[in-house]
Amino acid sequence: MTLLEARNLGVGYKIPGPGLFSASRMLPIVHDLSLSLEAGRTLGVVGESGCGKSTLGRALLRLIPPSAGQVLWQGEDMTLIPDLRRRRAEMQIIFQDPVAALDPRMTLARIVSRPLSTFEPNLSRVQVRARAVDALQQVGLSADFADRFPHELSGGQAQRVGIARAIIGRPKLIICDEPVSALDVSIQAQVINLLMELQEKMGLALVFISHNLAVVRHISHEVMVMCLGRVVEQAPRDAFYARPLHPYSQALMDAVPEPNPKRERGRVGTALAGELPSVLNPPRGCVFASRCPKATDLCRQTRPELREVAPGRQAACHFIET
Amino acid sequence: MSVDLTLTEAAPPRSASTLQLQFRRFRSNRLAMLSVGLLALIVLACFFGPYAFPFTGEDADFDFISAPMDLWSPHPFGTDEYGRDLLVRVLEGGQVSLTIGFLGALVAGVIGVLYGAVAGYAGGRADGLMMRLVEILYGFPYVILVILLSLLFGGGNLALFAAIVFTLWLTPAVIVRAQAQSLARREFVEAARAGGMTGWQIVVEHIVPNCISVVIVYGSLLVPEVILSESFLSFLGIGIKEPQASWGNLIASGTSAMDSDLRLLLLPGTLLALVLLCLNFIADGLRDAFDPNDR
Repeated sequence: MTLLEARNLGVGYKIPGPGLFSASRMLPIVHDLSLSLEAGRTLGVVGESGCGKSTLGRALLRLIPPSAGQVLWQGEDMTLIPDLRRRRAEMQIIFQDPVAALDPRMTLARIVSRPLSTFEPNLSRVQVRARAVDALQQVGLSADFADRFPHELSGGQAQRVGIARAIIGRPKLIICDEPVSALDVSIQAQVINLLMELQEKMGLALVFISHNLAVVRHISHEVMVMCLGRVVEQAPRDAFYARPLHPYSQALMDAVPEPNPKRERGRVGTALAGELPSVLNPPRGCVFASRCPKATDLCRQTRPELREVAPGRQAACHFIET
Repeated sequence: MSVDLTLTEAAPPRSASTLQLQFRRFRSNRLAMLSVGLLALIVLACFFGPYAFPFTGEDADFDFISAPMDLWSPHPFGTDEYGRDLLVRVLEGGQVSLTIGFLGALVAGVIGVLYGAVAGYAGGRADGLMMRLVEILYGFPYVILVILLSLLFGGGNLALFAAIVFTLWLTPAVIVRAQAQSLARREFVEAARAGGMTGWQIVVEHIVPNCISVVIVYGSLLVPEVILSESFLSFLGIGIKEPQASWGNLIASGTSAMDSDLRLLLLPGTLLALVLLCLNFIADGLRDAFDPNDR
């Protein structure tokens, strides 16, 4: 069964109107987005800063209320789930800044086990403590970390604590919001491998939000590319990395630096020309038209719909032959 | 790329929590610790000192009316024009002033912290309305408010206390609200919501504890402020009334007798000044210990 499904999801932030009592306005961030995720699978979400990736992640968990469409959790509309607070044990999130995600005044045992008092209120103190230590050990931290404070940790250790907090309620889904972009490269690999190991062990589904294409390639089964709040391409991992179809995806791929400096110097045309359109004033046509090398008047006037361009692949561009 | 994850990381050597570190730093501040000692001494003297005398501060001794200071007589610091022992009266007045000071600061602090934390965490329109209310209350003339409240409560200590709390919770509310606003955007608050905590639980368990260092520092400045406003109101004759003593009304009656006998002014005045100095040094020490820029 489909674990998580979004149907025509739209998310926006309320921004205050001009006066104290005037109506607030909606600043739309994510438009008309649909996705579905099976248990045990990983969906990689890529896109540049400000494209709505993180907002999407929070809306999928209903940490931000959506402004349009719906999110289904195991076929159930999330807005109608009674006592969603308790059910949050099944869907967790880990964050980009691992240290900011831990309350500096709490011990790690308390941070990790705090959700249990909501999810499983009948546990005794001893049981809670045992679960916290167990969760810490599952992420590779020894039991003597339990009484430490966050300021004693390195970034990688702090992210592991974040993961331990996420897995303590035995979730089915974890939203990973750029979980490694604040970490050293060597630590990134450890955290990614830990996530993959936990995924295998617990049958977790992951939504892996990142702007790092190499990391997404390593962990994902499916890749979704977002641009200015819209999906422009969605494809299975191997097909996507073999040949990205949308010009925006191609531009993202081109922007990955070449490790060999001799070849890096010889590369041409990697930088995109043109302006990123403002969220406050979104373009009428294709979201990428202002920067796309192939854009025509058609692109600037009419927005291309997301359509099936190959079996299992979708893209939103006028110029992809099916 | 393959990393052996079966090898668990050992914890670094034990160290203290932030709060423990901050108090350790406070203890190494000699002036502040001296002030804590002196303040404790004054508090103890005020609350237990009067029991060392066979009379209370309201008993008149007609053999010693306006007796001068004589350390070997039954009235070591002399008496006032009604024959009441000055030292006992000052100590009893200290009980009133200190109680109102600490209790007032505590109540005003708790109200202000909760109000500010809720406003800062809620944000948006609720925050706007709550803060406009604070601004309106800020605009209220203090003395007029006290007079209104004493009419409402029929005067007395309750009216005084209400007036003091009513005006002094505003500043901690504004301070904590700013702090809560920045905390509400931190990711651990989002993690708490993902962990199923309610808004109120987040305010009490995450927002307030993280404001505590600011609150402790401000609270220690609030105590002298409350004592001062009690003294000020009693000096004006609105606050604590005769025959009950407070440092404020003792100083007031001392001032009127200033030309003939300076001692009536000096004893309560010195004690009040000492307490205020101590509290300010303590507040200073706390601020140094808690200031993150100093770390």
